[in-house]
Amino acid sequence: MIQASPAKITIRALRVFHGQEESLRGISLDIPANQVLGIIGPSGAGKTTFLRALNRLNDLVPDMHAEGQILLDGKDIYHPACDVVALRKRVGMLFALPVALPMSIYENVVYGPRLSGVRKKTHLDEVVERSLKAAFLWDEVKDRLRMSGLRLSGGQQQRLCLARVLAMEELEVILLDEPCSGLDPISTSKIEDALTILKERYTIILVTNNTKQAARVADETAFFLMGDMVEYGLTEKIFTVPDDKRTNDYVTGRFG
Amino acid sequence: MKFNGENIAKYALMTVAFSAVASLLLIAVFIFKEGLPFMMKVGLKDFLFASDWDPLAGKFGIYPMIVASLWVTFGAMLIGAPLGIAGAIFLNEFAPPMMMKIIKPTIELLAGIPSVVFGFLGVMVLAPWIRATLGGPGLSVLAASIILGIMVLPTVLSISIDAIASVPNSYREGALALGATRWQSVYMVTIKAARSGIIASIILAMGRALGETMAVIMVAGNTVKVPHAVTDPVRTLTANIALEMANATGMAREALFATGIVLFMVIMVLNGIALSAIKGKARKK
Repeated sequence: MIQASPAKITIRALRVFHGQEESLRGISLDIPANQVLGIIGPSGAGKTTFLRALNRLNDLVPDMHAEGQILLDGKDIYHPACDVVALRKRVGMLFALPVALPMSIYENVVYGPRLSGVRKKTHLDEVVERSLKAAFLWDEVKDRLRMSGLRLSGGQQQRLCLARVLAMEELEVILLDEPCSGLDPISTSKIEDALTILKERYTIILVTNNTKQAARVADETAFFLMGDMVEYGLTEKIFTVPDDKRTNDYVTGRFG
Repeated sequence: MKFNGENIAKYALMTVAFSAVASLLLIAVFIFKEGLPFMMKVGLKDFLFASDWDPLAGKFGIYPMIVASLWVTFGAMLIGAPLGIAGAIFLNEFAPPMMMKIIKPTIELLAGIPSVVFGFLGVMVLAPWIRATLGGPGLSVLAASIILGIMVLPTVLSISIDAIASVPNSYREGALALGATRWQSVYMVTIKAARSGIIASIILAMGRALGETMAVIMVAGNTVKVPHAVTDPVRTLTANIALEMANATGMAREALFATGIVLFMVIMVLNGIALSAIKGKARKK
């Protein structure tokens, strides 16, 4: 169960400041490997900030800084010696709005491997097929891999983005930031199906505004509220008998 | 049809838009009306591809000036475009925001400096320097290219800055989140996404370089001769019109209008090439 495997990511007293404002007020959490952690909470709770702290994407925002510790496999990712570029290859991210890069479907998928210097055509072809299949997109695009990724529908673009993340060979953790917020139910269910398979290989952290999605996909769920983590536990427990009244109110739809 | 506010605005705007197009059309018609009969008389071959320009002797070959205009424009782009694009990338992607606030207006101020001042600088500083270090008369293709390259810098820079700034931040984050370094995200994603804007900046700059007259007259040397080296003095199409306009009558005057037609066509062709380059690239992706 939870404590059986050592934590993939260990977070200790993580505080994130955006200017004067404290967006995360001391989060401590052990994220086990090979399962889906759902993060739920109303908007402004700090879910996205939390996610973006894990691959240091917050670094790009001026006057944003983090305190505390985030250990990935026991190594502090905020340590000055940590290679951010290498970190982001291990910790992939899927955004709320699909970001197909302005290039062909094929080039979108091999973007990561190309950055790492992979040149061999046969190898890249394999990566494309494997990744697109894992993202449940292969059948829809296999005949038009040279088409611009921007011409796919929103749902397809999001799966393309997932494939692009999966194409990275160093990948260990997948962060998803409300990946289905703009998608139709069919694309949503395809992504959810993909996640339940992918967790066998990766550690997945899913931020979602859709509590039902967390209930469907997540093994464990954390409830965030105004920069605090109110409660964390097995998904069934969070959704049925939560310890905290605020959690109960949120999951039953009484606020948020 | 009702004359409500909606309609009045629509037709007022249509009139304005139409008058812009109409004035362009009128200019074109006028130049062609004045210049075309001349071209017929002299013959296209003796006009475009002959190298003797002596209106008093009835020789109207403008080939050296066509070549000169192309060389000078190309040289100017060779200097102005990389500088402008590189500057835009640096200011947008790498420089602290403070620097952008200082440098962008400063460079845009360059656009406000009258061309005669650039020409003066060229004559007083650049030409002597070229004469001393590279030989030749100093007033040359190279001098004109450098001066024009600096003059088109604001155009390339400010339009490229806007193009790059309008690339959604999500593209950058998308690339960085995949483990791209800052520079990889710039050249593999940002520049690609901003490509059409950057090319537009180059087209505009090219038109400006080709059409610039005053600074070119001052630094290019104005000799009617096909250039063989960048240190050779040349006379461009625009310089030709400006220089001969004052004392041209009859055939010579018509010859200048015909030169205008050629200039017009060269700009059209260059723009056409640049536009099809954009479209070709767009189709490929």
